[in-house]
Amino acid sequence: MSIFSRPAPANERPDPPPELGLPIIEIRDLTVGFGERLIMDGLELDVRRGEILGVVGASGTGKSVLLRTIIGLVHQRKGRVRVFGHDMGQLTPQRRRLIERRWGVLFQHGALFSSLTVKQNIQFPMREYLDLSESLLDEMAMVKLRLVGLKPEAAERFPSELSGGMIKRAALARALALDPEIVFLDEPTSGLDPIGAADFDELIATLQKTLGLTVFMVTHDLDSLAGICDRIAALGDGRVLHTGPLDEMKKQSHPWLQAYFNGPRARASHFYTQPAGGRTT
Amino acid sequence: MAIPHAQFAKGEAGEGIIRLDGSWDAAHGDALERLVAEMGEAAAHHDGALVVILDRLVSLDTLGAYLVFRLCSRLAEAGRSVRLEGATESQKILIEEVSFAPPPAAGDRRSLAPAYDMLSDVGEAVVDAGRDLSNGVAFFGAVVAAFGRLLTGRTRLRIASVVTQLERVGLRSVPIIMLISFLVGAIIAQQSIFQLRTFGTVQFVADLLGILVLRELAVLLTAIMIAGRSGSSFTAELGSMKMREEVDALQTMGLDPLEVLVVPRILALMIALPLLTFLAAMAGIAGGAVVAFFYGGVSSDVFFSRLQNAIGLNTFMVGMIKAPFMALVIGLIACIEGFAVRGSAESLGSHTTASVVKSIFVVIVVDGMFAMFFAAINY
Ligand SMILES: Nc1ncnc2c1ncn2[C@@H]1O[C@H](COP(=O)(O)OP(=O)(O)O)[C@@H](O)[C@H]1O
Ligand SMILES: [Mg+2]
Repeated sequence: MSIFSRPAPANERPDPPPELGLPIIEIRDLTVGFGERLIMDGLELDVRRGEILGVVGASGTGKSVLLRTIIGLVHQRKGRVRVFGHDMGQLTPQRRRLIERRWGVLFQHGALFSSLTVKQNIQFPMREYLDLSESLLDEMAMVKLRLVGLKPEAAERFPSELSGGMIKRAALARALALDPEIVFLDEPTSGLDPIGAADFDELIATLQKTLGLTVFMVTHDLDSLAGICDRIAALGDGRVLHTGPLDEMKKQSHPWLQAYFNGPRARASHFYTQPAGGRTT
Repeated sequence: MAIPHAQFAKGEAGEGIIRLDGSWDAAHGDALERLVAEMGEAAAHHDGALVVILDRLVSLDTLGAYLVFRLCSRLAEAGRSVRLEGATESQKILIEEVSFAPPPAAGDRRSLAPAYDMLSDVGEAVVDAGRDLSNGVAFFGAVVAAFGRLLTGRTRLRIASVVTQLERVGLRSVPIIMLISFLVGAIIAQQSIFQLRTFGTVQFVADLLGILVLRELAVLLTAIMIAGRSGSSFTAELGSMKMREEVDALQTMGLDPLEVLVVPRILALMIALPLLTFLAAMAGIAGGAVVAFFYGGVSSDVFFSRLQNAIGLNTFMVGMIKAPFMALVIGLIACIEGFAVRGSAESLGSHTTASVVKSIFVVIVVDGMFAMFFAAINY
């Protein structure tokens, strides 16, 4: 853009010191169950500010339930969830609402409101929380659409007229509507073709960098794990089996981790062409 | 969370300096919009180069970044030279990311005049009604063809499905339909007795009640209840199957949705509605009899002998003949509306409503046509 085509300004200020590494979500002794069944039993997990955490686990181990417990859709039997340093269990509904504004959620199936267009979906949280003029609302919706790589034409379409990849992108745009500090993604690349999935990964990594997001991502996608996740947390048996960067996960002796990270699928994926985990974008 | 500010000042070299301060984020959205408007105004009155300085910003998110971009680009469009200074690397990236020129607002399709709108609405409604009718006839034809295939043995009847539907539309509606008919029969008897007393002919309540309930009330009440109860549930079921591509899945397996989904439902309705009409008639007469006995003082002997005199087989048949036709129109409308559902939850809701409203309307129209027909043939 033209306004940047000039020498760097003299009084360049360093980026504000990133408080990277400080836990933004702390989960302690979390126990969640439905009826007789315990899904989580004394689970402990930290999510650090500014990281992309990949959460893996066999189907039905409770990855979605963990995500839903953190955002308060499922109630825990025991334990504590602290987000931004606030114990979510202790907050009044008003305080909770303030915290909820600071995160965005991309549900597994998008959860776009089917009776609203994409644009109205994106504007929905903005209308609820921000006092903006109609024209600025429209422009912001277009900015968010562009941010997630959707064409402006998509704005006026209804969710039923979108492809799977577009639904994920539109839902991400809605999750980003209020400029959240944390985004929760539940299998963002499932159901996308490999190229679409790689695009989506790149999008998440770019957004994470430009907006300084913390990303909690439930995924099965080995390429996402290798490509964009800073750390991986593996769930199993109602707790976290191990957390760490990818190469550390590969060295674990737990049979499921062995099968997952060193199995034939893993060997066929980008895992072994990239010597170490971490960003590639 | 510092309150955002913006200041306009004149620099040493005569350039206009816009200095932004505080948190430029979504939480202060309304204030930011105002500030940007003010700054644009101030800058417009200043000629010479403009500098926007961001070095005091506490935070910047996409909303703030977009407003900064918009301020700069609007001034640049007006032919001013604008520079951005004091942005950190990440702020620069953010502003780059959100920089986009909004397309010229597509002018809303403004209405010319209310009268014009009203005329066009009326026209659309007429066209819609015409389309409904032709759709209905086409769908009816398809259903008849499906029944034909069934009768000629080219497809098999899905007995299990018919029985399930029969239980749902028939058996489960028995209590509510009998209760309502009983109450309506009682109310009508009470009103008639009240009027007949002035003539001292209270026992004629049996004639009145018998003819009214058997010819009209039982079948109308039942049809309206079934339209509300089963018609809506057919539409909702078929509509949500349609939404989730289940209907398409059936088709790809080589099954005809009409045969699998529609025929069993309509067949069940056509069997259940006459049976329910009969029960409704009995309940209505029972309700009337109870009131005649306790309120009108008509003994049961008198009541039933008058009833026997007043009604013949034809009175009973008039009501019963209508029932399967009512069932057919309710079933057709419910299924047509169900298959018309598109994508959204809202569409499902509006088609379910339309299904109930249209069926009740058509039930009453059909009843009126039967009344004319029976009057003409003197039955
Ligand atoms: N609302 C619920 N009621 C009962 N059981 C549930 C509920 N939600 C999830 N579960 C159970 O919890 C387990 C974990 O589910 P989920 O978190 O969705 O798995 P995944 O790890 O594949 O996302 C599953 O066995 C599921 O059946
Ligand atoms: Mg899940």
